Amino acid sequence: MEWTDEGIVLGVRRHGESSAIVELLTRGHGRHLGLVRGGAGSKLRPLLQPGNSVSAVWRARLDEHLGTYVLEGTRMRAAMLLASSHAVYGVTHLASLARLLPERDPQPEIYERLERTLDDFDDVGEAAVHLIRFELTMLTELGFGLDLASCAATGTTADLIYVSPKSGGAVSRQAGEPWRDKLLRLPPFLREGEAARNDWSDQDLQDGFALTGRFLLRNVLEPRGQGHSDARDGFINAVVRLRARTAAE
Amino acid sequence: MAAAVAGPEIERLIQLLAKLPGLGPRSARRAALHLIKKREALMAPLASALQVAIERIQVCKVCGNIDTQNPCTVCTDPRRDPSIIVVVADVADLWALERAHASSGRYHVLGATLSPLDGVGPDDLTIDALVARAHDPQVSEIVLALNATVDGQTTAHYITDLLMEAGVKVTRLAHGVPVGGELDYLDEGTLSAAMRQRTLF
Repeated sequence: MEWTDEGIVLGVRRHGESSAIVELLTRGHGRHLGLVRGGAGSKLRPLLQPGNSVSAVWRARLDEHLGTYVLEGTRMRAAMLLASSHAVYGVTHLASLARLLPERDPQPEIYERLERTLDDFDDVGEAAVHLIRFELTMLTELGFGLDLASCAATGTTADLIYVSPKSGGAVSRQAGEPWRDKLLRLPPFLREGEAARNDWSDQDLQDGFALTGRFLLRNVLEPRGQGHSDARDGFINAVVRLRARTAAE
Repeated sequence: MAAAVAGPEIERLIQLLAKLPGLGPRSARRAALHLIKKREALMAPLASALQVAIERIQVCKVCGNIDTQNPCTVCTDPRRDPSIIVVVADVADLWALERAHASSGRYHVLGATLSPLDGVGPDDLTIDALVARAHDPQVSEIVLALNATVDGQTTAHYITDLLMEAGVKVTRLAHGVPVGGELDYLDEGTLSAAMRQRTLF
């Protein structure tokens, strides 16, 4: 068995003295593990950092074997991400989220979104919006997608500003008014027609994190006995702090 | 099944030596044979040194270093600058910095770095003790000498967040071109980090 694919490094575990088991999110083969000979050595360590893009050749005698990878770096983002706190927390959180995906199940949309998110980490606000959209895509791919296209109560597609915390469906301003304290807020960048705007506020970002955070926790993490990672909290705190600093300047 | 060529004591010695880093079964066998041949000159002193190490080596209650005294030699050295604490992930990193005579400050060994993949969280590290040490009025600078990896720098940022209220200067090691490194062979990330952190020549 042999294939060649593009991949993004999610994590590395040392195996024996000199090798490493590398976990990639590949474009065509999903989350896929493989042994990298010499992966624990100093030569390959810079390449095997979460967030880096690689060209991967996977070989094994049988399809169900772990197999071995031969990797070549195509986009070495890790060194650029290390300098800023939101980027480091972000890449750690993204990798731990991607690890929730089933193995060897192609997820091209997740791959595209992860690549776009990692490429846009320079701007703090953009990074936050990308990360929220990534969490939303993860929910969809794991079978818990939110219906944000029309109002769950009236069916209207206009003025959707709330989300039901039970059903995950959007709710219009008018239908949601009596229960507005109990409903989650739908930030403008997740509303159809307003997604291209980039004038979101801190409150919009907090609303986005609260929205995806609630459904990730309830539908994905808690059934696995997990909670939100420290990296997610670190990312949100870093975004708030960096945006406040930028606004003060 | 191959017949045993030596008694169980020797086989056990080989098995234990094979667990050491860098030694496989073959090299463990060679090492065991070498020890047996040099029984008086090497094996007995080694056994004695191991016994002494087992009895006397302790983890320093102040910094987490290993030594035969507690607090360790570094912590009790009056020539050390008490205003600087160099934070390292492991004792091996502390030894590397000491070999390089890179710092005259004191150390703090975290024990590892944060790693969600390996299940290492903040509670598994000695971060609370570091924060307590940082609040000592004598301390003015914390140097984060952690690996330039995503895990190492996640740990560095996490500690920086916790030290915000301690009123100390938090610094980290520079990232860039290693000695002997050729620009042509460096990855673009390291090159751009080096360019960002360029200094006056």
